[in-house]
Amino acid sequence: MQTKRVVFSNRGLPYALLAPQLAITFVFFLWPAGQAIWQSFLREDAFGLKTSFVGVENYLRLLREPDYLNSLSVTGVFAVSTTVLSMGLALLLAAAADRMIRSRDAYTTLLVWPYAVAPAVAGVLWWFMFNPTIGIMSYLLEQLGYDWNHRLSGTDAMIMVVIVAAWKQISYNFLFFLAGLQSIPHSLSEAAAIDGAGPVKRFFTVVLPLLSPTTFFLMVVNIVYAMFDTFGIIHATTEGGPSQATNILVYKVFEDGFIGLNLGSSAAQSVILMVIVIGLTVIQFRFVERRVAY
Amino acid sequence: MAAIDLAGVKKTYPGNVTAIHPLDLNIADGELLVLVGPSGCGKSTLLRMIAGLETVTEGEVMIGGGPVNKREPAERDIAMVFQNYALYPHMSVRGNLEYGLKNRGTPRAEIDARVEEAARILEIGPFLERKPRQLSGGQRQRVAMGRAIVRHPKAFLFDEPLSNLDAKLRGQMRVEIKRLQRSLNTTSVYVTHDQLEAMTLADRVVVMNAGRIEQIGKPTEVYERPASLFVAGFVGSPPMNLFGTDELKTEAGGSLPESIGANTGTIGIRPDAVTLSANGNPAIAVTGTIELIEPVGGESHVYLRLPKTDRVMILVVRGHEGVSLAADLTVHLPVGALHQFDAGTGRRID
Ligand SMILES: Nc1ncnc2c1ncn2[C@@H]1O[C@H](COP(=O)(O)OP(=O)(O)O)[C@@H](O)[C@H]1O
Ligand SMILES: [Mg+2]
Repeated sequence: MQTKRVVFSNRGLPYALLAPQLAITFVFFLWPAGQAIWQSFLREDAFGLKTSFVGVENYLRLLREPDYLNSLSVTGVFAVSTTVLSMGLALLLAAAADRMIRSRDAYTTLLVWPYAVAPAVAGVLWWFMFNPTIGIMSYLLEQLGYDWNHRLSGTDAMIMVVIVAAWKQISYNFLFFLAGLQSIPHSLSEAAAIDGAGPVKRFFTVVLPLLSPTTFFLMVVNIVYAMFDTFGIIHATTEGGPSQATNILVYKVFEDGFIGLNLGSSAAQSVILMVIVIGLTVIQFRFVERRVAY
Repeated sequence: MAAIDLAGVKKTYPGNVTAIHPLDLNIADGELLVLVGPSGCGKSTLLRMIAGLETVTEGEVMIGGGPVNKREPAERDIAMVFQNYALYPHMSVRGNLEYGLKNRGTPRAEIDARVEEAARILEIGPFLERKPRQLSGGQRQRVAMGRAIVRHPKAFLFDEPLSNLDAKLRGQMRVEIKRLQRSLNTTSVYVTHDQLEAMTLADRVVVMNAGRIEQIGKPTEVYERPASLFVAGFVGSPPMNLFGTDELKTEAGGSLPESIGANTGTIGIRPDAVTLSANGNPAIAVTGTIELIEPVGGESHVYLRLPKTDRVMILVVRGHEGVSLAADLTVHLPVGALHQFDAGTGRRID
């Protein structure tokens, strides 16, 4: 593919055009990121009077701290569950909507609404529904003989935050899956039908493989979302509890830094998160560049 | 191998669009039948009803004598070649060929034998391990054909399979499809909007217009004795010259031969039937001015502007014999070569 090259007559112009973007990147990303890295090598005493350079001590401590290791595995469970649940449901809905002809746009519009809801609002919404005393969901579960209480049960709490986080992300996944499905020529499914494959077999042997670029893209986006964008949800519902059961990495950064005021450790944690994001981004770009799969 | 019969088949799409008006069609075992007509006349709809990809609104589709309306495409034992080939992009050529056989639980040894056979017939052996995107248009076309023939189906259905190829390749593939169909002797229904393709391929041609059959017949019949005004205008290139009876009368100097009946509304003549001299046969003579000469190899298409009605007549002359631009020319329309069509119905009058 040929890209169009624009030649500027004034050599300063391109830099001037880039300057605002670069300034924003510098002020809101590079500068704080640099500060975080610097801070992660420092330790303040309890009264904030003295700051000393401790090298990688903050990182080493983190790796020995049971709460941090717990948070790592909680994050893993949370991110994977959220991604699987949200993508699975979205794919199901997209496949259903793709079959509709006239009502497709109406369903699409309705299904996109949750995406417009702010994370904290979504959290509060579901928090009410799952509220052990007044929530409709906990009432229904009680009727089924399950004693729901996310304030006491770590599993219940995890299930709740996964549901909230997945619910919010379904819209996004749905849109991508629907677009992906619609870009698969109809004649492929027809050819497969003539070739003797039933609807389920067609879906798994023809449609799903052709959706794999979309699926992979969404997987990375969803993991990033679950790991970093769900702060509001956790904060509005469980606040990391009960007893650390839903304390994911981003929430722990906030807790240790702004509540525990352990700035060095908090900075080290955010540097680790930054490395994870960079890793995921690299995977994504590698993939997008090659556009493999089939 | 099987005959295909359509009895009173009709198709109405949602929104009350009638794409096919009730029609009957019998396709003999081993026959190559071509459905031809302008875009939107319902060719694909008819083919897809045979394939089972569209439901039949009314009537009955029969393959091998048995009704198949309620059968899924997979259960009809037909193979289809699509216009865009519809190759599975994530499978190798071999995977594409094997897919239909695997789904039907064909034993491994049998699959391999069939794939080898198809690869040999279509000369796609060297590409078996490639993905479709690594093939040229012509090679993809062959793979699509291969996917149809490995199945040894009762019938082949082709929906404009050559329209994505360039003219030269299209000509080659046309010959090859015909040869393949002859040697396999499998009942085939071939859809195209290209009348030349239809004429060269078909055992029998079905000319369709606006969801109805205009004429069914051998290519020569359809060309020599078009059953309606529509067929006359659609089949043949350059197209048949069609004049209103009054127009021709004016150009001919006020009178027409007696053989022109009272009901005749339109008179037609093929461009290659128009002659430069009467040769003693009864003919209508008209005079016009040469507006354009198109040399096409051994012959030329001459566009003659007739002064009184301001209509253009096309004629085919060998070489450039005696024609030059802007000159006046008198041509003869042999009475025996005239086609007459009814003023009311547009049907042929003999
Ligand atoms: N899925 C559909 N829904 C509604 N109308 C359709 C559909 N498919 C085709 N048609 C209409 O039916 C007519 C015949 O279409 P088609 O069989 O595709 O024609 P052809 O193959 O001869 O070009 C057209 O008028 C077309 O607009
Ligand atoms: Mg068509």
